Amino acid sequence: MTTMRRRAVPYLLISPTVALIAAFLVYPIGSVAYYSLQHRNLTRPWADGFAGLDNFRRMLTEDEVFWHSLGFTAKWVIAEIGLQLILGLALALIVNETFIGRGLARSLVFSPWAVSGVLTTGIWILLYTPGTGVLRFLGQPEAAVLGNPDTVFPAVVVAELWRGVPFFAILLLAGLQGIPGELYEAAAVDGAGRLRRFRHVTLPHLRDAIVLATLLRGVWEFNNVDLLYTLTGGGPAQVTTTLPLYVAQRAVDSKDFGYGSALTMAGFVILLFCSVLYLRLSRFGEDR
Amino acid sequence: MSADVMTRPHPRAVPEARPGRPRRDPGRVLRLYVPLGMYLIFTLVPFYWMLVFALRPAGSADPVPWPITFEHFQTVWNDIGYAVFFRNSVIVGVWSLLVTTVIAVMGGYALARYRFRGRSLFMVVLLCTQFVPGAMMLIPLFSIFKTLGLINSLGSLIVADTVFNLPLSIILMSGFVSAVPFTVEEAAMVDGCGRLRGFLAIVLPQLRPGLIAVGSFAFIHTWNNFLFALMFVSRQDSFTIPVGLSYTIGEYSADFGALAAGGVVAALPVVCVFAVVQRYLVHGISAGAVKG
Repeated sequence: MTTMRRRAVPYLLISPTVALIAAFLVYPIGSVAYYSLQHRNLTRPWADGFAGLDNFRRMLTEDEVFWHSLGFTAKWVIAEIGLQLILGLALALIVNETFIGRGLARSLVFSPWAVSGVLTTGIWILLYTPGTGVLRFLGQPEAAVLGNPDTVFPAVVVAELWRGVPFFAILLLAGLQGIPGELYEAAAVDGAGRLRRFRHVTLPHLRDAIVLATLLRGVWEFNNVDLLYTLTGGGPAQVTTTLPLYVAQRAVDSKDFGYGSALTMAGFVILLFCSVLYLRLSRFGEDR
Repeated sequence: MSADVMTRPHPRAVPEARPGRPRRDPGRVLRLYVPLGMYLIFTLVPFYWMLVFALRPAGSADPVPWPITFEHFQTVWNDIGYAVFFRNSVIVGVWSLLVTTVIAVMGGYALARYRFRGRSLFMVVLLCTQFVPGAMMLIPLFSIFKTLGLINSLGSLIVADTVFNLPLSIILMSGFVSAVPFTVEEAAMVDGCGRLRGFLAIVLPQLRPGLIAVGSFAFIHTWNNFLFALMFVSRQDSFTIPVGLSYTIGEYSADFGALAAGGVVAALPVVCVFAVVQRYLVHGISAGAVKG
């Protein structure tokens, strides 16, 4: 092989990936930016044309659903990530212990991760249905938790936790397995109790894994619309509409691509800003 | 990091208990078994509830499904069309699994074994794609697939799902390739093997856990993808399982038996795949995180 040809090998190997990402991720992002400056509605093609910043003006000044969806998105992501972190860390610590049947226990507690958002909706509809659901065992046989604006938020949060905690636990378990065992032995020799070993050995070593997991899951929960789309449809009265769900509804239901693209751009900017801010504040990857 | 990480008992547990002979320790019961039991209940009751609805006769409100009936499965499989949805989901899932795995092996190998210009840029791009929301790509992707004539075809789903599976798969795969020592490969090349033959004969067999982890990851993601299938396919004979299920939720909201039976059909393949490959997945993520 000549040197030239050998140099080309890694580029040949990554070329399918580069081509696919360029065509189906980078180019679409560019076209979203372009559409956001256009009037483009599949149901009203005669009104298509250059819009300038009109879509953004409508979004910022006339659209109450947009502003409300921003507030709900923040509430949704923060609640999900906070609870998934606490439960996922506890679960990872438990299944990292040695006990009989650990493999089976791991497979069982992690299994909801493999379930789709739509299926989660199906299952929790069965659980929440008044009369035949499980709430009758909690003394609330006629509570329609999904139809009531006061109870719908905890109801969807619990359903998403059921599916979301396992992956958080998987990420943290992978992090736990990277901690050298000698550190615990040394700490035990020094007389550190269980709590101090957790605080001074486990947590510092898990720090980067926690930052990465919360960021990945935060982005994922922000973007994830399957569950809300099918479980509540953003209702009742749009109290559970996140920004991406609103975009999906605009795209799928009303085919208003121009305005949907403007909402998409807003989502991108917000997500990027929050992610960078979070990485800065958490000082990810820095030695302390 | 090697494969024995999964089988080695955790050092912290060594002074307390050995596998197979847990010491009688009330603290351990409170700390370990009580929360684990509570979490198992939270995990398993929803699955059980779905099975109950799927197996008991319509109109029954018994928490135990007796007598067992399979009428709901007959309804969804034959009448609602889950046989077709299932076939479509298998086609899309298997194709996406194959394409993703092959491209991920190529990309992962390049990342793990070569230092080339643009390598770190490539890594950054892969990581950045994790921030791109699928829901927000619906509009431009719809336009692209329309131009390509792929609307209403399973091809659009195979392409879109593969693209969204790829970045994480490559990062995972490069971790697995790095774990295979380069010296064995070198020895084969010294013996006159070409790089490709050396790879196929020496590296590929050792990548088995990586292939399983990445392939199952891709299959589960594709099997579960809802929005792309909802947006790009509107003919009922091209529906995938999640889309079919969402219509069952909407239209048969009174027929909980059908909804539950459809749910069991949707869950069975992925939950089985997951139960088998779960340990490879945990290992793959730690390998990817360490080496990536």
